[in-house]
Amino acid sequence: MRSRIGKLVESGGELYLTCEEVIGFLLEYLDHELEPEEERNFERHLAICPSCVAYLATYRESIRLARGAEAAAPVPEPAPELVRAILAARGR
Amino acid sequence: MTDGALESSAQDRQRRGSGPGPAGADGATSNRVDDEAALLTALRAGDERAFERLVVEQGGRLLAVARRLLRNDEDARDCLQECFVQAFRALPRFEGQAKLSTWLHRIVVNAALMKLRGRRARPEGSIESLLPSFHEDGHSTVSFRDWTPGADELLEREEVRALVRAAIDQLPESHRTVLVLRDLEELDTAEAAAALGISPNAVKIRLHRARQALRQQLDLRLREGYLA
Repeated sequence: MRSRIGKLVESGGELYLTCEEVIGFLLEYLDHELEPEEERNFERHLAICPSCVAYLATYRESIRLARGAEAAAPVPEPAPELVRAILAARGR
Repeated sequence: MTDGALESSAQDRQRRGSGPGPAGADGATSNRVDDEAALLTALRAGDERAFERLVVEQGGRLLAVARRLLRNDEDARDCLQECFVQAFRALPRFEGQAKLSTWLHRIVVNAALMKLRGRRARPEGSIESLLPSFHEDGHSTVSFRDWTPGADELLEREEVRALVRAAIDQLPESHRTVLVLRDLEELDTAEAAAALGISPNAVKIRLHRARQALRQQLDLRLREGYLA
């Protein structure tokens, strides 16, 4: 399969993915949907780019914070009149 | 989505162990299964108290799901009512292989999405300003900083949790809906695509952009107000 990640730049005599490519494919990376070669290139970039490592960490953390914040929200209790309306609707 | 597809999808979720509700010890699970079977029998027999129990026990959690998707209390209450009306009608076809709670969760999600589609389309704000930008050579225009150390402690503060919820609420609706379905309601890509009537690839694109926008908002707010 032809790699979907194409943009490479030279650094220190070696070719690396750009930040744009890495950040663009974060979702596929986290879902383990990259081809092995794509994943290797992805991780080679991370090894030399603390900024993208920070982006990846905060991207992941944002998902975790969203889940945590929603899970901790109080569960609303349906008002008695709403329960009655629902039960009444059953008979219609 | 058909009732059969709803139940089949719900069974898949149970097999993955990601259905709503915590997994219990074997004994507790067995009791719960017996309890649910008894409730289902009573519902099928038309027992009024069983219907009331179902609405009271499940209603709050389902109302929370409707609120997350609709962001409007009145619409969420209407949605809950619609959910139970649909469930009561579909009960004779419910085979009981999925948990009732999981089955109801899928019904309320679909009822909420139907309500969202029925709303007059509102112009959405652009998400572009919350996405990262890059130079011509593909390098990021800014250097990102890791604020994850300390985030655990922050999550213990209700004001921070409210800030996170507000950041989700402020996402453009088409992106927020995908994020809620995938990351909060835990539908997989195919399920979210089917529920929204869009392609799996479109789900992935919107989800990635929604997560990026949420990350950017949290980055700004947490670093400004909470993290040195």
